[in-house]
Amino acid sequence: MARNVSSQRKIVNTVVAWTIGILIFFPILWTFLTSFKTEAQAIASPPSLLFFDWTFENYFEVQARSDYFKHFMNSVAISFGSTLLGLIIAIPAAWAMAFAPTPKTKDVLMWMLSTKMMPPVGVLVPMYLLFRNTGLLDTRIGLVMILTLINLPIIVWMLYTYFKEIPGEILEAARMDGASLAKEIIYVLTPMAVPGIASTLLLNIILAWNEAFWTLNLTASKAAPLTAFIASYSSPEGLFYAKLSAASTMAIAPILILGWFSQKQLVRGLTFGAVK
Amino acid sequence: MATLHTRSAARAMMAPSVVLLLAWMVVPLAMTIYFSFLRYNLLMPGMEEWVGFDNYRYFLTDPAFFQAIFNTLAIVLGVLLITVLGGIGLALLLDQPMFGQGIVRILVIAPFLIMPTVAALVWKNMFMNPVNGLFAYLARSVGLPPFDFLNNAPLLSIILIVAWQWLPFATLILLTALQSLDEEQKEAAQMDGAGAWSRFTYLTLPHLSRAITVVILIHTIFLLSVFAEILVTTNGGPGTQSTNLTFLVYAQALLQFDVGGASAGGIIAVILANIVAFFLMRMIGKTLEA
Repeated sequence: MARNVSSQRKIVNTVVAWTIGILIFFPILWTFLTSFKTEAQAIASPPSLLFFDWTFENYFEVQARSDYFKHFMNSVAISFGSTLLGLIIAIPAAWAMAFAPTPKTKDVLMWMLSTKMMPPVGVLVPMYLLFRNTGLLDTRIGLVMILTLINLPIIVWMLYTYFKEIPGEILEAARMDGASLAKEIIYVLTPMAVPGIASTLLLNIILAWNEAFWTLNLTASKAAPLTAFIASYSSPEGLFYAKLSAASTMAIAPILILGWFSQKQLVRGLTFGAVK
Repeated sequence: MATLHTRSAARAMMAPSVVLLLAWMVVPLAMTIYFSFLRYNLLMPGMEEWVGFDNYRYFLTDPAFFQAIFNTLAIVLGVLLITVLGGIGLALLLDQPMFGQGIVRILVIAPFLIMPTVAALVWKNMFMNPVNGLFAYLARSVGLPPFDFLNNAPLLSIILIVAWQWLPFATLILLTALQSLDEEQKEAAQMDGAGAWSRFTYLTLPHLSRAITVVILIHTIFLLSVFAEILVTTNGGPGTQSTNLTFLVYAQALLQFDVGGASAGGIIAVILANIVAFFLMRMIGKTLEA
């Protein structure tokens, strides 16, 4: 009897949870489906969910009309570039804070966190002028620099929480065996740190890919990543729902897949290790 | 263990991060402060002059400024209300035994991974558009007149769009925290005759308090600076009805080329964020230490 009640509850839970899940996901599903419609079908009333003439035309048209691939590559270059640069700068810092902590380490970490609280508009004007005067406006390099800086605190924090979990005794043992600092890092620490570094990399690529303040304000066309490219659809001419959907689907698909693989790291990274 | 040698090595390893972040904090902010005391318009080069607090006076007497402050706080509080309450509810639901839990979690987390410009444009055009949007179709099919969301309720529409993006993150954090709650404690409470409601208020909610504070902290940081969603949907309008502080400063700087005025606005935004952060850190300091 008891088992019967609980399996009944399980079915109710399933139905309710799936309904809410599908409702929350629906805008994405709808975008995906619309990307395969013709423009006329995209605004047809009543709308059709699945039974329309599927076409890939929108995808080709988005590429032909606005050189989609260029913006895609800008997104790739900017998100990977800023993430790798950030890791190169942050790994030594996080290593030092995790394995050679001083009484000030916690303060340094909290100070780094506090830099994230500065609203970007506080420095929009000088950054825009600096970029304009140094020719960095609308360049990939400029955006890589900015995104590295804004995500650096998150990278340091996330690496720090991962490195903290590596037992210090192992390092001491290596040191006793006469390993130098360089050897210690290459042969002992690196293999144990790789999973944490990989998670940090993944999360940071997602954050950089979706960043939509600096990318919108500091690019025009040449270096515009997908965030800025999609924004150009905000004042379109003529029918455009299907093309907007196709462009959107291509812009979100890679990150959606990456994100699904890294749900756990998402929580950990964005809560600065406070929730695991 | 920490010899003098390792300590200086550690300092050298931290130096690049610390120096870069320090420069990033100090240099542009100092420039913003300096510009905020100048009359400086990009359309009138060479006319810069020191005007003291004029830019601040202009900003603080502009009705658009008060609207922007109100809108900024309304977006933060509105979205927090939806995401925290909705997130607790969803996390509790997803923590129950069910079929296909992993898939539901994947569906729920998805909006968080969508770039803000895509999310806002999809909602604006395919759902909220009063002619071709899905909501208009649904309204018509039950005999109601379609509602023009972005013209008649611009702020509410933006709150809904932003809440849709951030609800998953709140849910995910709260669910992660919930799953670390000891099963035995729940069972013990159940055996002692605690009902579902008292188990929630005396056991689950206190356990979640740390996660809830973290959600509030992180959401507030990001929500104070909502920008892309406004830019691609309402452009701050109609009028200034959906202009928040971030958008106001952007418009002043990059649409009106008023460097001085925009800088003053930027400094006010920094001060506002600091006030909010001060209270948040106090609140969070208490919870995180406990």
